[in-house]
Amino acid sequence: MTQDRNDILTVDGLKAYYQMDYFGVHREVRAVDDITMTVRRNEVYGIAGESSSGKTSFIKVLAAAIRPPMRIVAGTAKYDFKGKSFDVADATEAQIEAVRWKHLSYIMQGSMSVLNPVRRIGKTFEDFAKRPLGLSGTAYKERVQNHLERLKLPADVLSAYPHELSGGMRQRVTIGLATVCHPEFVIADEPTTALDVVVQKEVLGLIREIQQDMGSSVVFVTHDMSVHANMADRVGIIYAGRLVEEGPTRDMFFAPKHPYTAHLVASLPRIGDTTQRPALEGRPPSLAEPPAGCRFHPRCPLAIDKCKTDVPPLETVAPDHRTACWRWRDVEPLVAPQRVSEVMA
Amino acid sequence: MTPLLEVRNVSKRFVMGGVFGRKVVDAVQDASLTLSAEKPEIFTIIGESGSGKTTLARMILGLELPTSGEISFAGKTVSHRVGRQERLDFMAKVQPVFQNPFEAFNPLKRIDRYLESTARQFLKLKQQDDLDGAMDGALQKVGLSLAEVKGRYPHEMSGGQLQRAAIARALIPNPPLLVADEPVSMVDASLRMSIVNLLRELRDSLGVSVIYITHDLATAYYISNRLIIMQRGRIVEMGDARTVLDNPEHPYSRLLKASVLSTEDAGAGKLATDPGMVALASDAMGRPGRLVDRADGRMVRIYEGV
Repeated sequence: MTQDRNDILTVDGLKAYYQMDYFGVHREVRAVDDITMTVRRNEVYGIAGESSSGKTSFIKVLAAAIRPPMRIVAGTAKYDFKGKSFDVADATEAQIEAVRWKHLSYIMQGSMSVLNPVRRIGKTFEDFAKRPLGLSGTAYKERVQNHLERLKLPADVLSAYPHELSGGMRQRVTIGLATVCHPEFVIADEPTTALDVVVQKEVLGLIREIQQDMGSSVVFVTHDMSVHANMADRVGIIYAGRLVEEGPTRDMFFAPKHPYTAHLVASLPRIGDTTQRPALEGRPPSLAEPPAGCRFHPRCPLAIDKCKTDVPPLETVAPDHRTACWRWRDVEPLVAPQRVSEVMA
Repeated sequence: MTPLLEVRNVSKRFVMGGVFGRKVVDAVQDASLTLSAEKPEIFTIIGESGSGKTTLARMILGLELPTSGEISFAGKTVSHRVGRQERLDFMAKVQPVFQNPFEAFNPLKRIDRYLESTARQFLKLKQQDDLDGAMDGALQKVGLSLAEVKGRYPHEMSGGQLQRAAIARALIPNPPLLVADEPVSMVDASLRMSIVNLLRELRDSLGVSVIYITHDLATAYYISNRLIIMQRGRIVEMGDARTVLDNPEHPYSRLLKASVLSTEDAGAGKLATDPGMVALASDAMGRPGRLVDRADGRMVRIYEGV
């Protein structure tokens, strides 16, 4: 794949397996199996997938947080930070150190487990940001304060302990920690899953705002399709370690070309609609012994014999839209494009 | 109509801390609702964290005693301070389903052991054949079978299957009422609808009433007959699910509906919430107001001078 100047991240044929070799028993979990994709500058790329689909392993690779027993078996994941290239696969500890927080940053899931409960927020900010920013005392303080203001956090959160803040505030603090160095690439791993609906929307809006402000790219991971509908510019669907479909958000919702995506979208309940929603039978496959051929075939309503033996390639079916399905032409969008949602008074 | 469950002016106050720095939390304030015995329904309690929805559920299950007011089930007051036999009789009729099936089950204990002990306890069965029959019967109702479940540990099943097994366990004593506290929030997207559809089917074919606690308005709209919306311990709106959610009246209900992420304009990136709406909703918070009936059958809390 050629490196486009507009791409910040290029993942090519990436395979990352968990390999365990204990007491003569060899076990291999193919958590990331042959993923090829790119993330452009200044976009929000949504990754959807259910638990144990390998999405967390995938973003661990992207975040250069690869620990044994996980290993990159093949392929590359290359970043292009302002012309400076950074390859996750053969980066040294020092190189990772140099890009972390400054260029490549991470918003984690549980804000309570990210923040040290016995350390004031201000101290945590120092731990995270002081060194990468490399600023002197006053300049550093000013920078942090400006940043907090942008996140609509009062300046005195710096002297608070995590337990004194509400869930939404804590999540805003973790977003603040991840973005204070103005990174070019932010990975957000289910940052709003534990939040209530009102706070969730607020936090999502904040991430979007910060992203547009800084012009950085965000990889946003969640299994909640309605979040993707409102956050992402493009969405990629991961099923059993493989990227099965990728496309612009609108197309993914109204013209999906993979039966799994079509199901995910169709099963979303909506206010104002009580028609029976289909449920998908079967269970997500085990990554230790995935089914042969297309990994979705045991649960797929469209499966034919070919699907059981041959792995479908990820082919381009529309501009910017790729899918890995032998029968993509027969995938019916299960939801018709709706009227623009009524604006409530 | 004979009431199955009656909650009358129930309040719950928690007192935290000691003599110094005493703190009082009113988790539920003056809540009333009635479920009919003749017409099974899915009754939804909607609220954010801290709204008191779980406390209300715990009181209905008899795990907490109300500070004031009374909860009665089939004419009897609900309380855990009763004799063992009476408590067991009550537990056989009101069964809980918990949020996270992976936490509800001990990972070192086989699933069928839970089903078996429930059958032993509530159905007073002794013969293995009878026990197996009761277990299989309950599992069939949720689309599983004893052959699939027997001898398996929680980690060997998917989240959806496990949650279904948890519902099967609750169904063993043939309870007329299930209390399900966020039963789908930990279940994967592709399996979520199978649980929600199951609850709907239990109501329609087995006549089980379900108290469904959630913060997800979309599934609430999809399955429930009636609902209440709670804000900081107070019921702010109550009525037919469609009537209320199609056109919410209380400012907080409107804020909740406006915060639901819709997929209808996917890709448009609409994430702004009207700040006026937030202000109105937080203005209502903590004020007593009173519930009034509306012509369309709903009840709404209104405030003097608004």
